[in-house]
Amino acid sequence: MNEFIHNFFNAEIMAKSWKIIGIGLSNTVQLAAVSLVTAAILGLFLAVVRGLKIRAINLLIVIYVDFFRALPTIVLFMVVYYMLPFFGISLPLFWAAVMALTINGAAYFEEIFRAGIEAIDRGQWEAAHALGLTFPMTMRYVILPQAIRIVIPPATSNSLELVKTTVLASVISMPDLLYKAQQAAGLWYNPTPLILAALIFLVMLWPLVRLTSYLERRMA
Amino acid sequence: MDLRGLVDSFFNVRIMLDYLPALARGLLVTVEIAALSLGMGLSLGLVLAVVRVAIKRKSNPRLVRWLNIPLSLYVDSMRALPPLVTLVVVYFALPYLGVFISRFWSAVLVFVLVLAAFASEIFRAGIESVGFGQTEASRALGLSYLQTMRYVLVPQAFRVALPPLTSRMISITKDVSLASVIGVSDLLKEAKLGIANTYNTSPLIAAAILFTLLFLPLVRLSMYVERRLQQ
Repeated sequence: MNEFIHNFFNAEIMAKSWKIIGIGLSNTVQLAAVSLVTAAILGLFLAVVRGLKIRAINLLIVIYVDFFRALPTIVLFMVVYYMLPFFGISLPLFWAAVMALTINGAAYFEEIFRAGIEAIDRGQWEAAHALGLTFPMTMRYVILPQAIRIVIPPATSNSLELVKTTVLASVISMPDLLYKAQQAAGLWYNPTPLILAALIFLVMLWPLVRLTSYLERRMA
Repeated sequence: MDLRGLVDSFFNVRIMLDYLPALARGLLVTVEIAALSLGMGLSLGLVLAVVRVAIKRKSNPRLVRWLNIPLSLYVDSMRALPPLVTLVVVYFALPYLGVFISRFWSAVLVFVLVLAAFASEIFRAGIESVGFGQTEASRALGLSYLQTMRYVLVPQAFRVALPPLTSRMISITKDVSLASVIGVSDLLKEAKLGIANTYNTSPLIAAAILFTLLFLPLVRLSMYVERRLQQ
């Protein structure tokens, strides 16, 4: 038992590694916050554009969405990481990670927002048109306010997934929570920092998990 | 832009062909892990769902109903933890607990645990969505609890569970590439080796193409299932 505590819940190492892990935690939180916003905005933009029903553009959006839903996110991170320098773009790792998360997250958000927009009755479009509203006005004042209600449960669950995906940034050596925890675990040759990181993730994301369940149950 | 250089370092057909056998080996490992995780994860998830529904019945003594607490603790933590974190923790921690299993089986273990947690929630929601009248009717017909589950509730639950289940299955299969992080020789790991050996990114692009070819039909299938069942 003592050995177990020494290896996994070592208070001394927790205290020592807190400084390192704290940096990782702050990076993870920033990465999650920024990418959530950028991915949601890009997703919403694509969904609205798709509402215009221009065949060629819609085809491109469908290809984009399908492709990035099919490609494992870790592969996308690595491709972004290796490819950017080639185009003469030297992004800091943080922004490379934001880019990968945005490209991937937007594909899922687009699907969710599109489903929300399509769920609104056609009569609403016709009525708005008859009232002389333009496409942007119809979207802004008629469709989106109603779609939001339908979209909230799946969007919450997708946000949870996106926050969980931020740990992939550690694979391209962005110093996030997981990366820093692994560093600390290697430094003291003890898995306690990893347990600490896992506990931090649990505490951060548990409310979101409960919220997702609650919203899904309420909708059903 | 240097188009020639771009093709040379990312779409170098010669290097891609050189590494194709290695990538194919990796792809086989990826498919093996995915198949094992899906088979075991779904079965375990279904069992868990049935057990949880059975435990939560009001007629049970309170002590039995409390068994639900550790189960929901497990399910919630698997839903909250990024699979990569679980993978790294399990891989690092097991040897300290005196458990020595290969990287391959560590990966399978983690994906089974994660999928089972998600699948149990999906199946449970499916079972609970079947009206209570069905259970009463089965009772009246003299079916036992297990028979009611087996012949009445679970078959109907499957229909409700199918769309979320397929998309979760796809996402777990995509997560299999995380196994490369703990050194499993899957498709992604082989691609990374290729990059290290050739100083050229083409093996990674080849792997990305293989992944896409593998998953694109699945993504389309899941969308089709979703649409079909919504009608």
